[in-house]
Amino acid sequence: MHKADNSALKIVVLVKYVPDTQFDRHLTANSHTVDRSESILSELDEYAIEAALQLIEARGGAKAGNTVTALTVGPAAAVNAVKKALQLGATDGVHVTDEALAGSDASGTSLVLAAAIRSLGPVDLVLTGMASTDGETSLVPAQLAERLGLAQLTFAASLEVDGGVVTARRDDGQESETVQAQLPALVSVTDQINEPRYPNFKGIIAAKKKKVAELALSDLGLDPGQVGRTGAWTTVLSAEARPPRGQGTIITDEGDAGIKLVDFLASRKLL
Amino acid sequence: MAGTAKILVFIDSPDGPLHKVQRELLTLAGTLGEPAAAVSSPPDEALLAELAGYGAATVYQPAAQLEDSLVAPNAAFLANVVREAAPAAVLLENSYEGKETAARLGIKLSSGVVTDAIAVAPDLSVTKSVLAGAYTVVAKVTTGTPLITVKANSIEAAAGTGTGMPVVVEVDPGEPGPAARVTERSAKPASGRPDLGEARVVVAGGRGVNGDFGPIEELADALGGAVGASRAATDAGWIDHSAQVGQTGKTVSPQLYISAGISGAIQQKAGMQTAQVIVAVNKDADSPVFEIADFGVVGDLFQVLPQAAGEIRKRKG
Repeated sequence: MHKADNSALKIVVLVKYVPDTQFDRHLTANSHTVDRSESILSELDEYAIEAALQLIEARGGAKAGNTVTALTVGPAAAVNAVKKALQLGATDGVHVTDEALAGSDASGTSLVLAAAIRSLGPVDLVLTGMASTDGETSLVPAQLAERLGLAQLTFAASLEVDGGVVTARRDDGQESETVQAQLPALVSVTDQINEPRYPNFKGIIAAKKKKVAELALSDLGLDPGQVGRTGAWTTVLSAEARPPRGQGTIITDEGDAGIKLVDFLASRKLL
Repeated sequence: MAGTAKILVFIDSPDGPLHKVQRELLTLAGTLGEPAAAVSSPPDEALLAELAGYGAATVYQPAAQLEDSLVAPNAAFLANVVREAAPAAVLLENSYEGKETAARLGIKLSSGVVTDAIAVAPDLSVTKSVLAGAYTVVAKVTTGTPLITVKANSIEAAAGTGTGMPVVVEVDPGEPGPAARVTERSAKPASGRPDLGEARVVVAGGRGVNGDFGPIEELADALGGAVGASRAATDAGWIDHSAQVGQTGKTVSPQLYISAGISGAIQQKAGMQTAQVIVAVNKDADSPVFEIADFGVVGDLFQVLPQAAGEIRKRKG
């Protein structure tokens, strides 16, 4: 990875095709994996794409040699996440797909992502969303940073790159921190960082001409046994749909509902 | 394996007495084997005594001060502790830092990580909720030393009968590699309320509060709870984003969740449906939130909540 100055930036954004959170989501009965039949670009990845686009636009965009590569790992349909990123303004895409990948856990996914990023040559910044909205473990960014030997700045609510240094602000309930690292680095961004754009007609037309490289495991020098269910370091023994919560007591306020509410809490020993 | 194998608990930046979550982790470790602690800076006598109370016979501390940067120094130090102590499992907090430390440690040790544990069985299988509480799964680490991050409130913290002072072992902090540093910290004004992720009671407000979180805060304070909010409320700027519960905010599993003026769309339900008891107050009798409420009031939150808060204060005397 090369040291970046204020010249062109090479950014990789991780994107994922996930089940739409607007609908009820399911695990498949046999393999305990997520049913991806009603999938979209993870809403949280849109913020990472937007952050990448803003960084390169401030440096003259693609014309000035800046790149934003959208990278995904997954089955055939996962390429739709890359295509959406290209419509929004990413410069090119990479889709790693291989039957052996099914059932990969965070360790396998981060192994493949690391190999794919290395195959792109020196990169300044790897950007991700704060979590995938399906796996929700938030392990992949940190594992990827570890594999690539990068500093990680996670949950960035603001992001600046200047003179080879990346600066981010993180907020939690109690405090706000400013964190800094030398490039290259991995940054995950929250949904507070920006207001993602929508694809416009020009972007949709332009995306048709952009390249998406499709790579198999063998292209990355990886062995099928290192990924998927075989290569996973964890396994799911059983999965059970949460029983629907029983219908509770619903009352209409007749002036004393606050008292009845407290009676209910007392009956459940919650006071 | 209870009573024989070491279960290592990571205690990050000890500063005074153990935090609630740290006490919970040590208690859980005691149910799985012999607790041991790895502390990221040298413990004082009081902390050693407290660790002893939880049955920790061995405490591992860095032989030199850890670098003041994020996650990577902790992971490098812990990797060396695991090599030294050869524990049956490592338990960490389920905070962002805890998960990221576990994630990096997993790669260093070629060990599997399971996050968001709500229970850990003696065979080290882990129960957790996935897809925002829609499913409960049992997962297990199959490679390396199981690294498990455990959610707050998964177990009642209870000090054991341990009395002997732990043996302190110094461990080489290792080489953290490139890492980010905190260059500035500014504390937000303290609310005096418990942390949203750990609170036993959460009172949350949504669109229906119409900009006024007063009744939500009043009831939360009467119950000693935390204040939460729907995305509609945080997006409107009525309350800090850190209060957001739901798909893109925090997932909470309190004993009691009171939802007021929140319709209960799937994205919001996602953050709280593993609460033990759900109470909902909403003007609209057709709100989806009533489908999952144990107790629901169709009414005006500006009437119901203050009345409830007053009644609680009266009963508590």
